[in-house]
Amino acid sequence: MGLVTNSRVKSPWILHFDCGSCNGCDIEILACLTPMYDIERFGMVNMGNPKHADVLVVTGSANRRNARVLKNLYEQMPEPKVVIAIGSCACTGGVFNECPNILGGVDKVIPVDVYIPGCAVKPEAIIDGAVLALGKLAEKKAKAKEGVRA
Amino acid sequence: MTNQILIAIASILAVPIIGGLLRGFDRKMTARMQSRIGPPILQPFYDVIKLWNKEKNITHKNQLIWAYGYFGFIITSILVFALGRDILMMLFVLVLAGVCLVLGALSIKSPYSHLGGNRELIQMLAYEPMLFLIALAVFLSTGSFNVNVIIASGTPLIYSLPLAFIAMVIVMVIKMRKSPFDISLSHHAHQEIVRGPVTEFSGKYLALIELAEWYEMVLLLAILAMFWAMPFWAGIILALAVYFIVLIIDNVFARLTWPILLKFTWTFGIGLVILNILGIYLLRK
Ligand code: SF4
Repeated sequence: MGLVTNSRVKSPWILHFDCGSCNGCDIEILACLTPMYDIERFGMVNMGNPKHADVLVVTGSANRRNARVLKNLYEQMPEPKVVIAIGSCACTGGVFNECPNILGGVDKVIPVDVYIPGCAVKPEAIIDGAVLALGKLAEKKAKAKEGVRA
Repeated sequence: MTNQILIAIASILAVPIIGGLLRGFDRKMTARMQSRIGPPILQPFYDVIKLWNKEKNITHKNQLIWAYGYFGFIITSILVFALGRDILMMLFVLVLAGVCLVLGALSIKSPYSHLGGNRELIQMLAYEPMLFLIALAVFLSTGSFNVNVIIASGTPLIYSLPLAFIAMVIVMVIKMRKSPFDISLSHHAHQEIVRGPVTEFSGKYLALIELAEWYEMVLLLAILAMFWAMPFWAGIILALAVYFIVLIIDNVFARLTWPILLKFTWTFGIGLVILNILGIYLLRK
């Protein structure tokens, strides 16, 4: 792993967007920041600004209202970036699926790299998923390079 | 002459390494004080390398001039200090750097960015008078603005300027963006007014601003070390002790509002330095 990829994997800054979840998953994400789990030891920092973030963490299902905001946030994040869908709602729409205003999972609006199911997800599962996402982040870099060469 | 060029190159190369390590130490210590494990010491370097290699996303071309300006002026002031030139000149260049950051924030039509820029201006309004009065106090006690002369003056400055030193620590807290006075841009609350003046900076330009902050931090520590310049190591220990105290202050205090910041610096902070200056006059007579 090169220096740049290594740095990328070691410094994922997170942007959390709540697409209208029941707040169960949001609380679990915040739990990851507490001294108990302390994800800052992996260099993860919770950002409030899409322009500074590398990882978009989405909770809750996509609906007709928030799809535009979600897309906007995703587009504002500079490459390379990964998206993690947290909770059954974000993965598939969950209990809200088939409601008239619900489009379904987050992947109906933006490309999702990692799905973490659960209602609500455990902090351990979130950390697990985040590690998976970091692998994808490293891969993305490699692919981008190939694309340039080809 | 070659000697001076060597000093200049060495300071430009070594300072970010020292600054990055100090910042890493800061994050680790802060985590320990909050009973967390905390990121590795090298974390700031990972952050900067990552940011440097991210996609370039520019809101407005003007913004780049100001990011480079901020970086350039801080390097210039580091050089002025390292080469032992005029301390007043150094402060003026440092003000220019601050102005560049503010203009960078104001050059974009974004409400968060503007709010951050305005708050940064308020911070400058709070610490600049103190800085210049401290420089004046240093002049009154040593008879020179020249860093070389000040360092060579023998007795440690802190004997004649204890109050000005405390004021310098206050400046340090504000400039290092630590609680209770991190009103424009905070290192811990990353969601706070979505990061103030750097809202619209991303990728490489954010890394540039981060690097400039490291340079600035080391410069301020060097000014603190100047208060006990002889012997050399005493100054370094003094500066590191102050750095540690600033970290403790950061973790103990909540964030205060800008009116409190202005009231505090314009009464207590400036008062301290003026008292010190009066003391120098009275003791001399
Ligand atoms: S997955 Fe469950 S806990 Fe999470 S937002 Fe949906 S309903 Fe709430």
